[in-house]
Amino acid sequence: MRKEIRLSGYGGQGLILAGIILAEAAMRDGYEVVQSQSYGPEARGGASRAEVIISDEPIDYPKVTSPDVLLLMSDQACKRFAGSACEGGTVIVDSGLVTSVPETPGIVHEFPITDMAVEATGRSISANVVALGVLNTVAGLVSPESLKKAVSARVPRGTGEINLAALGAGIAASEAAGVG
Amino acid sequence: MAVPVDNYLRNQFMPHMWCPGCGHGIVLGAVLRAIGRLDLPKDEVCIVSGIGCASRAPGYLDFNTVHTTHGRALAFATGIKLARPDLHVIVLTGDGDASAIGGNHLIHAARRNMGITTVMFNNSIYGMTNGQYSPMTPKGRYASTAPYGNVERNFDMCELVKAAGGNYVARATTAHARQLSNYVEHAIQTQGFAFVEAVTQCPTYFGRRNKMGTPVDMIEWFRKNSVNAAAAAKLGPEELDGKIVVGEFYRGDAPEYTQVYEEVIKRAKEAAAR
Amino acid sequence: MPGRKGRDLRLLQGNECCAEAAILAGCTFFAGYPITPSTEIAEILSEKLPQVGGHFIQMEDEIASIAAVIGASLTGAKSMTATSGPGFSLKQENIGFASFTEIPCVIVNVQRTGPSTGLPTAPAQADLMQARWGTHGDHPIVALYPSTVPEVFDLTVKAFNISERLRVPVILLMDEVVGHMREKVEIPHVSDIEIINRPRPDVPPEKYLPYAAGPDGVPPMAPFGTGYRWHVTGLYHDETGFPTTAAPNADRQMKRLYAKIESAAEEITFTSEESLDDAEIVVVACGITARSARRGVRLARERGIKAGMLQLKTIWPFPYGIIGDIAGRVEKIIVAEMNMGQLIGEVERAACGKCEVVGYSRVDGEPIAPAEIVAKIEEV
Repeated sequence: MRKEIRLSGYGGQGLILAGIILAEAAMRDGYEVVQSQSYGPEARGGASRAEVIISDEPIDYPKVTSPDVLLLMSDQACKRFAGSACEGGTVIVDSGLVTSVPETPGIVHEFPITDMAVEATGRSISANVVALGVLNTVAGLVSPESLKKAVSARVPRGTGEINLAALGAGIAASEAAGVG
Repeated sequence: MAVPVDNYLRNQFMPHMWCPGCGHGIVLGAVLRAIGRLDLPKDEVCIVSGIGCASRAPGYLDFNTVHTTHGRALAFATGIKLARPDLHVIVLTGDGDASAIGGNHLIHAARRNMGITTVMFNNSIYGMTNGQYSPMTPKGRYASTAPYGNVERNFDMCELVKAAGGNYVARATTAHARQLSNYVEHAIQTQGFAFVEAVTQCPTYFGRRNKMGTPVDMIEWFRKNSVNAAAAAKLGPEELDGKIVVGEFYRGDAPEYTQVYEEVIKRAKEAAAR
Repeated sequence: MPGRKGRDLRLLQGNECCAEAAILAGCTFFAGYPITPSTEIAEILSEKLPQVGGHFIQMEDEIASIAAVIGASLTGAKSMTATSGPGFSLKQENIGFASFTEIPCVIVNVQRTGPSTGLPTAPAQADLMQARWGTHGDHPIVALYPSTVPEVFDLTVKAFNISERLRVPVILLMDEVVGHMREKVEIPHVSDIEIINRPRPDVPPEKYLPYAAGPDGVPPMAPFGTGYRWHVTGLYHDETGFPTTAAPNADRQMKRLYAKIESAAEEITFTSEESLDDAEIVVVACGITARSARRGVRLARERGIKAGMLQLKTIWPFPYGIIGDIAGRVEKIIVAEMNMGQLIGEVERAACGKCEVVGYSRVDGEPIAPAEIVAKIEEV
C-alpha cells in the first residue's frame, strides 16, 4: 500500500502543518511516512503545497507524482494540480475559496472548508485542521484516534481545543454528507 | 616596574623575521610587559592573529597561539572566547588585516562586546606584500600601489570601534612605549571588547617610499606629531591635520558577550527543565 | 513517541534531525549565518545548544562562522556550522585552514541549485566537486551524503566521529529535499550511540609535539587552555607546529595528510546497494537520486531487466575500489546526478574502461524521478 496525498493552496493556510499532522498520525499507526513541502519566496500568500506519502513498506522515491488524495484550497492550486490526481482518486475542494471546480481524473468532494472553520472555531486559520478531518474521513488514511493525538501534539500551545473542534467539524460534515 | 619579556618568548625562534628598525618589536614588547605586570598565567592566554607582518607575532610567543587566515583573527578569537570564556584572548593584527579584509569582523566583535583585547599594529602599509597602501595610509602618502600619492582617506579606527560598541579604545605610538604598554594593560583588564591602536614604523616600505629617514627619525616624527587626547580636544580640525592623537579615548561598561550568554544558558536550561 | 528497544520514534525534518544528531554526537558549539535551505539547523541549535551548556552564535558572515567554529574546536569543543551553496563557497578558505591545521569540525552544506543565487529553494547535487576541491591547494577532506532522514541522523553522528578520529573537516552534503522532508526516525538512546573523541596527548606538555603523528597518521590534539601551549598556523609546519619552508618537510606533511585518510578509507566508506549480485546494468547515485534509482531498479527488474544500484553515502574519499570491482562484472554503469556530470568523472576513473559508463543529468531544480531512471536503463 502506498498512498500519496497532496495538500495545495496558498501560504498562510497552514497546509504544511496539516501535512505534518497527517504524517505524524500515520507514523502513530505504524506506517512508513514521508512529508515534504514546497513554497514560493513569500512568507505569506504565495502558492504553497505539502505532500505526504503513507506506506506499509519503506518509501524509496519520496515525491508525490499522482496523488491518491488531493486537497485544493485555492483557484491557483486547482489550475496547477487538479489534473494531477490519480484516476478515481479523492479530490477535496474548498468550495468557499474555489470559484469553479476544475476538471480532474479524481472524484470531487466539495466542502466549504474555510467557512466551516469559521463556524466551528471562529477562526479561518483552523481550516487546515477542518480539511484534515474531511479528507481523512473521506479517504480513510489513518485512524481517527491517531489523527486526534497528532493534532494535539503538533498545533501551537493553547490551541489544542480549538483545533480538536475543527477536526471534529470536518469529520462530522463529511460523515453527514455520507462520504465517510 | 620593569618586567622581563624573555619568559614569554619562544627564544629558539629569535632573531625574528621583522626588518631591522621595524616598530613591531616595540609594540610586542609593550604587550608582553602588560601581560607580565598582570601576571597572567601563560596557559590561560591565547594569542590569535591573521596574516601580515604583525600577524607573525604569535609564533614567537609562549602561549596558546593561532596564526589564522587573512582578516579573520577576530572571528577565530570569537569562537575561542565563547567556547572558553575564562581564557584571556588577545588578537594581534595589522592595519590591513583589521581595517580592510577583516573590518567587518572588527565592527561586529566590538558590537557584540566580545571579551577580546585587540592590538592593531598600524604601520600604514601592507608590509608583507612589499608596501601597498592600506585603509590606514594617510591621504597623499606614497605606496607601491599609490605611485602618484594615495587619494583615499584613511580610517580613524578608534572612532570606528568606539561607535561600534567596544568598551575600551586607546591609541599610542612606538614613541610612547610605556604609555602603549599601560593601554594594553588596561585593555586586557577591560570586561568586554578592548581596542588599542599601536602606530608603528615600517622603515622598509612606508618610511623609504615617503622619505621619512631612519627608523629613529620615524619614531621622532611620531613623537613630534603626536597630540594627546586632552590637548587635541582644544584644537580645530586644521590644527590636527597630519597629527596623531594619542590617549585613552573611551571606557565603557556595557556587559561582556560571554557573560551575557551565560544568562542564555541559564534561561535555556530552565526552559528545558519545564 | 516511544519506539522499539527504548528508542524514541519521531517525525523529523532532515535539518531538524541533523541538529538533534549533532547534539547527541557531542556537538557543543555552532556558529552560522542564515541561508536557505539550511537555516533550520541554526534555528534549532540556537535553542538546544544552550540547554546542554553549549554555545550558539550567529556570526556576521559565512567566513566568520567557519572561523569561529575552528576557534571553538581548538578549545576542545565539538563544533559545527551549516550553510548552503553560496555560503559553502565563502567558507572554503577556512575549510582549507582546518584541513591543513587538522582541526576537527563538521560543515553541513544543504545544497541548492546554483551557481550564484540560483534557485534557492530547489535541490541540486552540484557541490560534489566543491566539497572536494573548493579550497585552494591539495588537502584531505571527507564528505558524507545521506539520502533519507534516518541516514541524516546516522551520517551526522559519523561526521563528528570521523572528524574527531582523523582530525579532518567533514562535509555533510545534503539535498534540499532531504533537508526539508520529514520522515520517521528512531533516535537511539544516547548510551547506544558510538561516540569517538579526538586523540589526546599522553605525554606531559614539555614533551608534546602537536603534529607528531602515530602510525595512523593522526597527531594527538591538546585543547587550548589545558597546559599544552602549542602553535597553530596555516603555513607549512613541522612536528613542533612551527612554520618551516624546508622542502622535505612540505613533502612529508602533505603526504601524511593524504595517507591518514587513505589508511582509514575502508572504515569511513559507506555505501548501500540494491540487487547488485546478478546485475548487468548498475545505477550509481547519491542523496535523493539514490532513492529514485532504487525505485527505478525495482521497476526495471519487474520488466525483466537485470538492473542494480549502488548508493554512495561517502563521496570523499571516493570509493574507487568498490566501483572498479562492479565495473569489472557488469555491462554498463549509469551515473544519475542532479548536475551536469560531476560524479561521472570519478566513476569513469574508477571503471577504468572495464565497462561502459553513461551519465544521466537533470538540472532544472527538480529531482530525478524513478520513471526517468527506468527509461535510461531501458535506453542503454
